[in-house]
Amino acid sequence: MSSVYIQLSYFDLMMASILLLLAGGLSIGLKLGLEKMLGIAALRTVVQLSLIGLVLKLLFQTTSPWWTLLAAVFMMGFAGREAMARQTLKLRGGWSLGIATLSLMLAGTVVTTLALTTAIRPEPWYDPRFAIPLLGMVLGNTLNGVAVGMDRLSATLKREKIAIEARLALGHARRDAVRPYVREAMRAGVMHIINAMSAAGLISIPGMMTGQILAGVDPTQAVKYQILIMFLIAGSTSLGALTAILALSNRLSDDRDRLRLDRFR
Amino acid sequence: MILSIRHLKRLTIGPLDFEVAAGDIVALTGPSGVGKSLLLRAIADLDVNEGQLTLNGEARESMAAPDWRKQVMYVPAYSGWWADLVEPHFEGAERSVVVDTLHRLGLESTALSWEVTNLSTGERQRLSFARAVVHNPKILMLDEPTSGLDPDNAHKMEKLIEQYAQGGMGIVFVTHDAAQAARLGTRHIRLEGGQLTEASAP
Repeated sequence: MSSVYIQLSYFDLMMASILLLLAGGLSIGLKLGLEKMLGIAALRTVVQLSLIGLVLKLLFQTTSPWWTLLAAVFMMGFAGREAMARQTLKLRGGWSLGIATLSLMLAGTVVTTLALTTAIRPEPWYDPRFAIPLLGMVLGNTLNGVAVGMDRLSATLKREKIAIEARLALGHARRDAVRPYVREAMRAGVMHIINAMSAAGLISIPGMMTGQILAGVDPTQAVKYQILIMFLIAGSTSLGALTAILALSNRLSDDRDRLRLDRFR
Repeated sequence: MILSIRHLKRLTIGPLDFEVAAGDIVALTGPSGVGKSLLLRAIADLDVNEGQLTLNGEARESMAAPDWRKQVMYVPAYSGWWADLVEPHFEGAERSVVVDTLHRLGLESTALSWEVTNLSTGERQRLSFARAVVHNPKILMLDEPTSGLDPDNAHKMEKLIEQYAQGGMGIVFVTHDAAQAARLGTRHIRLEGGQLTEASAP
């Protein structure tokens, strides 16, 4: 592995921020009203990433399973909250948050543990230098799948209420009556990762691979890592979205095969 | 064959009791918004409700909800469609029965290949009646079955309802037309203030 690793200085980042100032200036000039949001988002990026940088540095020094677990739980909790915040229709009694968080926990834990114990095999396997970034990448993408899938299912079941209840009234089981919409939600949930895998290398050079190459890693090695990550993300997104969608469709119907849209807030 | 309803409660409706026997044609009337549709939906167990319902002595809760609904079938006023063509909505029914039913409603068997989006209100109404009745339920609950039909087709529908009742099906239908209630109904019940009153037989 060659290591022509060019250190970035704060001055380099300031140079890059000129681009943001340019975009902000354009927004003001053209009265787009984006400058405030742009500024806040840029500030959040700097603050959040700097903080996580410090946290990761500390975490990597300790290599404690408990601190690693705590960080992982925090990340999954935030991911669940974010997935819930993206729902147009929320369930009463915290069910949206519960379903999103548990699906993300299940998918994130299974896939990250699998990768750590079979493919990457660091010593110890929970070494936070590997576990935390992996989990972050997996969660960030799974979150998308879970949020999109749940949102789509809620919207479709509400829109197709009359058609679904027509089937129920004819004696169809709830699973049959909602199956087309579960399928549609699943497709919506995993579409972004399928697109990402299809476009990888041809249209886009994935961010992680770019980062590794910039950091001096041999491109063929970076590619192997990228493929691994893509597979992990695809697996986790599918597992997470499927769990969340099935749990949600279960909650939006009941064991007397009724559609329970009254369970929305 | 008898549908027995005891202490049925759903939101502002009930508790109420009534029975539907084989061959009955029960006209259900009442002011708009009083909950006639909610009552039928509750009987079909499509909404959360309370009460002891039995069909021939068999409790509703003793069977899976789809099995109950196959015997105590509800046809809403606004029909829902889940496939692009008409035919898939008749899935599980004998084709000869379907074609015969369509004929009796004044529809050709080619109607099965029609696209749902092109159906007129009257066609939707007749087809949604047909797709229920082909499964030969014991009790058929019809929500305003002739509201979208021209007089000729409404007449055909009424005749058909009478034939099914003569064959032993128990029918409940919602109507706002007092003349139709008197003409078609063998019994007349009225829902008002959450309670049912049965008009004495004419």
